[in-house]
Amino acid sequence: MATTSISVAETPLVLYALRRADDALILGHRLSEWIGRAPMLEEEMALANIGLDLIGQARALYAFAAEQEKAGHGEDHYAYLRDAPQYRNLLMAELPNGDFAHTIARQFLYAAFADPYWRAMMGCAEPTLAAIAAKAEKEIAYHLRHAADWLVRLGDGTDESQRRAQDAVDALWPYTGEMFEADESERMLIAEGRAVDPAAIRPAWEATVARVLAEATLTQPGGPWMQSGGRSGRHTEHLGHLLAEFQHLQRTYPGATW
Amino acid sequence: MTEATPTIPIWEVFIRSRNGLAHRHVGSLHAADAAMALQAARDIYTRRGEGLSIWVVPSAAIVASDPADRAMLFEPTADKIYRHPTFYEVPEEVGHM
Amino acid sequence: MYTQALNARETAPAQPEDADKLARFQARVDAEERIEPNDWMPAAYRRTLIRQISQHAHSEIVGMLPEGNWITRAPTLRRKAALLAKVQDEGGHGLYLYAAAETLGVSREELVDALLAGKAKYSSIFNYPTLTWADIGAIGWLVDGAAIMNQIPLCRCSYGPYARAMVRVCKEESFHQRQGYEIMLTLCRGTAEQKAMAQDALNRWWWPCLMMFGPPDGQSQHGDQSTAWKIKRFSNDELRQKFVDATVPQAHYLGLTLPDPALRFDEASGHWEYGAIDWDEFRQVLAGNGPCNRERLAARRKAHADGAWVREAALAHAAKRRAREAKQAA
Repeated sequence: MATTSISVAETPLVLYALRRADDALILGHRLSEWIGRAPMLEEEMALANIGLDLIGQARALYAFAAEQEKAGHGEDHYAYLRDAPQYRNLLMAELPNGDFAHTIARQFLYAAFADPYWRAMMGCAEPTLAAIAAKAEKEIAYHLRHAADWLVRLGDGTDESQRRAQDAVDALWPYTGEMFEADESERMLIAEGRAVDPAAIRPAWEATVARVLAEATLTQPGGPWMQSGGRSGRHTEHLGHLLAEFQHLQRTYPGATW
Repeated sequence: MTEATPTIPIWEVFIRSRNGLAHRHVGSLHAADAAMALQAARDIYTRRGEGLSIWVVPSAAIVASDPADRAMLFEPTADKIYRHPTFYEVPEEVGHM
Repeated sequence: MYTQALNARETAPAQPEDADKLARFQARVDAEERIEPNDWMPAAYRRTLIRQISQHAHSEIVGMLPEGNWITRAPTLRRKAALLAKVQDEGGHGLYLYAAAETLGVSREELVDALLAGKAKYSSIFNYPTLTWADIGAIGWLVDGAAIMNQIPLCRCSYGPYARAMVRVCKEESFHQRQGYEIMLTLCRGTAEQKAMAQDALNRWWWPCLMMFGPPDGQSQHGDQSTAWKIKRFSNDELRQKFVDATVPQAHYLGLTLPDPALRFDEASGHWEYGAIDWDEFRQVLAGNGPCNRERLAARRKAHADGAWVREAALAHAAKRRAREAKQAA
């Protein structure tokens, strides 16, 4: 007998928090899959650190969502008892890790957005979110540096590493547009100063991306078509598999304490 | 693995802790260049809030005294006790000096 | 300092060594002085340390695999973060230990190559599978518990870099065992299914953990010289007995039974007497026939092979950078 999923009352702040929490959780989970597989020991440590930072951010954001929702839910309800259509993360986060270039490129593209985004959120009108942002910003700044430095080394390394890095950036590019979306629910928060308009982050993101790709001797992909849907629960085929593994124990042993 | 494969160099890591004044040697790691070495040092050796400052130095750059010279280098200091304050007597009435 | 250039490699290990030098070395060890990387040391001392430290390092790295198996399925976010941090620590421990071994004139690459070629040993315990979440609890409680028994005395071993690495490891290890025991406690206080899960894990991990301490003292190859050189501070049986004495009451507190019908408390000695260990199983596992030996090595080989292009890229970039800087300086 499995446990049924919870229902979430997605008022604007709850929805906002779940979106960012899910980003962090799914990305952190993907990074944790590198344990035992990294190219060298030093990178095992680095990827685990990034994963732990992101899981920590997710937990803080779920706690905020729980506070706002007031439905007696906790971080584990959100993480373990929502099915894929209820998840609100960016599609980019749930994509399989691929090779090291793919993982690094994804981390870079995400962090290049998240760093200025959280920095801007430090000044938002919602005190808890501002505090979460202050902590997250320091962590993401490091993720950005680490991923950017690696992308440069891969892009400007060997022929093989350059090919892999370019393939990764090309494959991920169509998933970057989603980071700048803001729907009606979020627009309300933005108008109230409780959230930052992600579109406003675009210039900073573009500048960072252009600079690092150039240094990495990589070509910036073109093409306007962007994948979308994660923010409203329309995901790729990958999320279902990820959650099946992730949620297995809680679903199989309903109500148990772990 | 062939002999010709270049290996990733070793770096020695020194950390200055929150309350400490000097960088202490904490261990070593492998990294291809200085930027990566600094980041690796941060990820490996400061996970429990141990540090405020990191130095990384290529192992090959370190010059160490030869243990065989230990006697010659360090024992002659033992009998120069006049370098220590306790060698000198100052009457108590004078106060702390 | 650990100047690689001064760490002389063993060129003629077969030559008899100066009896005088050997005596002075032994005197230093007897006086609890630390031996440091560039000090004179008997060739056999260097060889033994390289073997012991590298086996220890390999164990940490291979040990990441059975526990890493459950990170993606950890049942709460708190457990997930704790397990990820624990496994990360183990990677770090491997790293500190390879670094300590490298001070003896061997490279991490050589040591890893030996492991991947199946020529190097690592602790037998990591050749067992993690079948349930309770295994994660059992590993933290029992395997880390056994490791701590072994590691604390090593903090005072005669070789400086190894001793210092052990101090760091022990500091970090203290949460590992508590994490595991807390998992077991939660399971034992949980549903009937969870308690059964915990009992099943204990049943499967108990004997392999006792085997971790190595063969009985009479049979161990390396004992006497290692003890004289203060590389090994307690015998296998001594440590094994300490472990049993500490752990049996912990199991009883959980309400679990140990899978040893011969287990009984001896009032006279104050020790828990335990039944016969199946040393055949131990030998088979060491010989490569344990449940997971092939998978563990295959996983490490794959990770290493998959990462080759990354390591090459890092080196290539560093070389390009140096060339550019040289050009600019010219």
